[in-house]
Amino acid sequence: MADNYPDDLLYHPEHDWVRIEDGEGTFGITWYAQDALGEVVFYDPPEVGAGVTKDQSYAEVESVKAVSDVIAPLSGEVTAVNEAVSETPELVNEDPYTAGWLVKVKLSDPGEAEQLLSAQAYEDLLSAED
Amino acid sequence: MTRYTSATDADREQMLAAIGASSVDELFSDIPAGVRLDRPLELPAGMTEQAVYERLAELASRNTGAEDEITFLGAGMYDHYVPAIVDSITQRSEFLTPYTPYQPEISQGTLQAMFEFQTSISELTGLPVASAGLYEGPSSVAAAAYLARGATGRPKFLVSRGLHPHSREALETYSAGYGTSVEDIALAGGATDLAALEAAVDDDTAAVFLQQPNFLGSVEDLAALAPVAKSTGALLVVAVDALTLGVLRPPGDFGADVAVGEGQPLGNRLDYGGPSVGFFAAREEHIRRMPGRIAGETTDVDGRRGFVLTLQTREQHIRREKATSNICTSQQLNALAATIYLSWLGRPGIVELGELMTQRTAYARERLAAIDGVEPLHSRPAVREFAVSLDAPVDGVLRRCAADGINAGYPLGHDYPEWPNGLLIAITERRTRAHIDLLADALERAVAAERAGTTEAVNA
Amino acid sequence: MQRDRAVTIFEKSVSGRRAAVVPEIDVPVKPLEQLIPRDMLRAEGPRLPEVSEPEIVRHYNRISRRNFDLDTGFYPLGSCTMKHNPKVNERVAALPGHARLHPLTPPQRAQGALELMWLLQASLAEICGLPHVSLQPSAGAHGELAGLLLTRAYHEDRGEARHKVLTPDTAHGTNPATVTMAGYEAVKVATDERGGIDVDDLRTKADDDVACLMLTNPNTLGLFDERIVEIAEIVHGTGATLYYDGANLNAVMGISRPGDMGFDIVHVNLHKSFSQPHGGGGPGAGPIAVSERIEPFLPRPQVVKVEGSNGTEPHFELDFDRPKSIGRLRGFQGNFGVFVRSYAYILSLGGDGLREASETAVLNANYLLALMRKGRAGKYLPIAFDRTCKHEFVLSGQRAKRELGVKTLDIAKRLLDHGFHPPTVYFPLLVDEALMVEPTETEAKETLDAFAAAIDDILAEAERDPDVAQNAPYTTPVRRLDEVGATRKPVVRQPL
Repeated sequence: MADNYPDDLLYHPEHDWVRIEDGEGTFGITWYAQDALGEVVFYDPPEVGAGVTKDQSYAEVESVKAVSDVIAPLSGEVTAVNEAVSETPELVNEDPYTAGWLVKVKLSDPGEAEQLLSAQAYEDLLSAED
Repeated sequence: MTRYTSATDADREQMLAAIGASSVDELFSDIPAGVRLDRPLELPAGMTEQAVYERLAELASRNTGAEDEITFLGAGMYDHYVPAIVDSITQRSEFLTPYTPYQPEISQGTLQAMFEFQTSISELTGLPVASAGLYEGPSSVAAAAYLARGATGRPKFLVSRGLHPHSREALETYSAGYGTSVEDIALAGGATDLAALEAAVDDDTAAVFLQQPNFLGSVEDLAALAPVAKSTGALLVVAVDALTLGVLRPPGDFGADVAVGEGQPLGNRLDYGGPSVGFFAAREEHIRRMPGRIAGETTDVDGRRGFVLTLQTREQHIRREKATSNICTSQQLNALAATIYLSWLGRPGIVELGELMTQRTAYARERLAAIDGVEPLHSRPAVREFAVSLDAPVDGVLRRCAADGINAGYPLGHDYPEWPNGLLIAITERRTRAHIDLLADALERAVAAERAGTTEAVNA
Repeated sequence: MQRDRAVTIFEKSVSGRRAAVVPEIDVPVKPLEQLIPRDMLRAEGPRLPEVSEPEIVRHYNRISRRNFDLDTGFYPLGSCTMKHNPKVNERVAALPGHARLHPLTPPQRAQGALELMWLLQASLAEICGLPHVSLQPSAGAHGELAGLLLTRAYHEDRGEARHKVLTPDTAHGTNPATVTMAGYEAVKVATDERGGIDVDDLRTKADDDVACLMLTNPNTLGLFDERIVEIAEIVHGTGATLYYDGANLNAVMGISRPGDMGFDIVHVNLHKSFSQPHGGGGPGAGPIAVSERIEPFLPRPQVVKVEGSNGTEPHFELDFDRPKSIGRLRGFQGNFGVFVRSYAYILSLGGDGLREASETAVLNANYLLALMRKGRAGKYLPIAFDRTCKHEFVLSGQRAKRELGVKTLDIAKRLLDHGFHPPTVYFPLLVDEALMVEPTETEAKETLDAFAAAIDDILAEAERDPDVAQNAPYTTPVRRLDEVGATRKPVVRQPL
């Protein structure tokens, strides 16, 4: 799969995305993040009901040789966790934006989304880092 | 002096020329003068191999080992017979000289040996997952504590007074870093006091530590203790003597979360206390918090069965400050010795060995209990070790026995002040009935002499 | 033989076979259930293998040949100091007076062992330039833990509570892992363009909440930090301790001493500079040497020499009477068998020999580096920091990855086909596609030449066809293994 960054998502500079629908955010990691990590072997999800805070880690994903903190792009309360990814971690590599979603969160401060990047802005950031 | 280098003057010249330096000293020019050592090291001049051997042999001659006396010393390490195949295999270059299997394609020997050790320990302890080993017994107890603290977030460890004193001390030392506290659970009749445990275990308890058999040699009633230990959500850690697991029900059967232990009795030398190996086994749910290397089975690109280090993200080289342990080098060669030994003993052998030790221990206890001035400390079941209390100064008794060529055991008073003349006696397959009879005779004479206050000179 | 299908000893088990003969019971036999209640007895024997001695020997001999080892070939693992393991050391370690000595033997009957430990302590004190030594820690990481627990005890004794420990971003993973185990927060200090500690960054971070700075010198880049005196002053100025990770001591024995550089606590890896065989992953030992102000907190017991009175010989004791001691890190006295070997090594070399070992280690590393600055290695695997190295050096495979499509991993795997153990890879983290090369002093010049030639061959081959290295190795007992599968669904024992 080639690198791609869907336009309907917002991005956090630490390589996380959010899809916002009716005050609820779905979070995951970007194509860049899963590529850098390598094949994901383990996902340790937070509990349903746990609080997440923008810019802070809410979970970890592991490859064989690395551990990565997953950063919350927005704040809120976890309403659902993707058990399928716990079972089959490679979903994060195969399909980071749909089947590979990590948590659903009831957003506590939707206004925070203004600080996030558009797909284009995120891609610009990646080019600059190279 | 002996050299293990090959560089001749001609080699040095050529190498310096290639480097573009005029002297070896120039390669150190970035070391500031203020920290350069401006004199030779004040150490004796290097010796020939022959001289080194003679010096080390001279030092060895001033040690009284198990070859020189009949020893009943135990307390965590035991004089077992190590078969010759252990040395012949562990001395092979291929096992002795490589390092950690970071390149699995050329380390299948080491990785498979680790996998076999893990299997052996899992079998013995009755727990499904085991790592490839830690340093030794007491620090493995401390490692289990780190796991329990991480898993529960609680600050307190409850430790039976039946736990090896060195394990308890290590737990205290490590607790300074963990930010945890250690509380004792009393013994009653030579075993962990169930009522005391029940009273102590609470929501702050991260783990309860028991030893099987305990330090005084008695077999603990794990069936009764385990449910109480775990009743508030604490983990149960059992430090177990692996060689008793031919006869004793393993900790896994009783719901232990973690089983650890000192691996020296498994095919490793006494070596004045080390190196040996610590084993660590746990329930499946704890696998990601386990310390130590773990070898896992897999296949290669051509479908061949092989082994690799697995779950490395637990370890320091990846997870760094969040690692499950800081351990890097462990005791792989000693784990290999243990694996070979356990294969040599085999399924029937470990059972027979356990039965042999149990019968001889019972015989020894009876013979010693019959001596005037010797009282068993407890009457609980025992496999290979038991404790008595003397009605005479234990140090004097030990000195007299030593003069007869017998090391009668370990004096308990330092660790258990309630038994100032307590003595811990260990039995292995090397201590025959004849040895036990000699011990009984020597002890009888020594106790009588000490009681009588005999002042004849005794060679220490 | 090397390519045999892997079969564990358990799968070779056949009921009725055996190796050991356990002595007959020579005492009156009682029913076992009379001695141990039935519910405490194991119902069935543990499923250990049932095999004969010839089968055991053949099994382990065969699997041993699936290992590459130092006695057989070059093993330039950076920071591991894979130097020759002298064979006389095994002979003296096996002497029954040492090997069959129980650790609880009364000291009067263990004078040989205690004297050996005391002499080893004195030797390490001289080599490190710090007066007080404990041999108790079992490995380098264990020594690191001891060092931080000593630091904690030292500060607490002075009524100070400190919470942070500084480590360079090039630090070995054991350093930050130890920081957490010792109850501190790990704070990273940056590396400057010379490869040493960024002193300005250190100044901003070194405050009175810092308990300790952990360093190694030369560092994991193989570079000597020339500003070490200044660094020590900054650290001591805040009242913190300065800890030396002895992993790289092989570069400076007899040349510069950590105590003289200003370190308070040093650990020494006996399995690195002092020739203890690596054993496939241990055993080793990590004794510590400390300054006067740290001495009261050393682990218990300490081996001490008691001078004789009235013309009698001095003798050696275990001193447990240490009220400020941090306590014990492990059982008994430490890895004595390792002390025997390392002491024999120190006796063999003597002071001059140890200095010569370090000089030759640095010479060998610089020579190999000189070879690898030329030709293809120089082009595709440039040195990460362009300075004279000490006993090891770090190359970056970034250009090889970009221009040839072969990563450091691929080069390492292809080296296996050439009969070499690869250098350490992907460490330190600071260098992209790192290759850390430490030849040690015991390698002959021809070996270094052959290694450089092999690297050149691999790069030349990669220029033509990167695919070969990307799918290497080909000639080893197994080829690249599925580590992902092994981690996703771990199988960590033989099912029975």
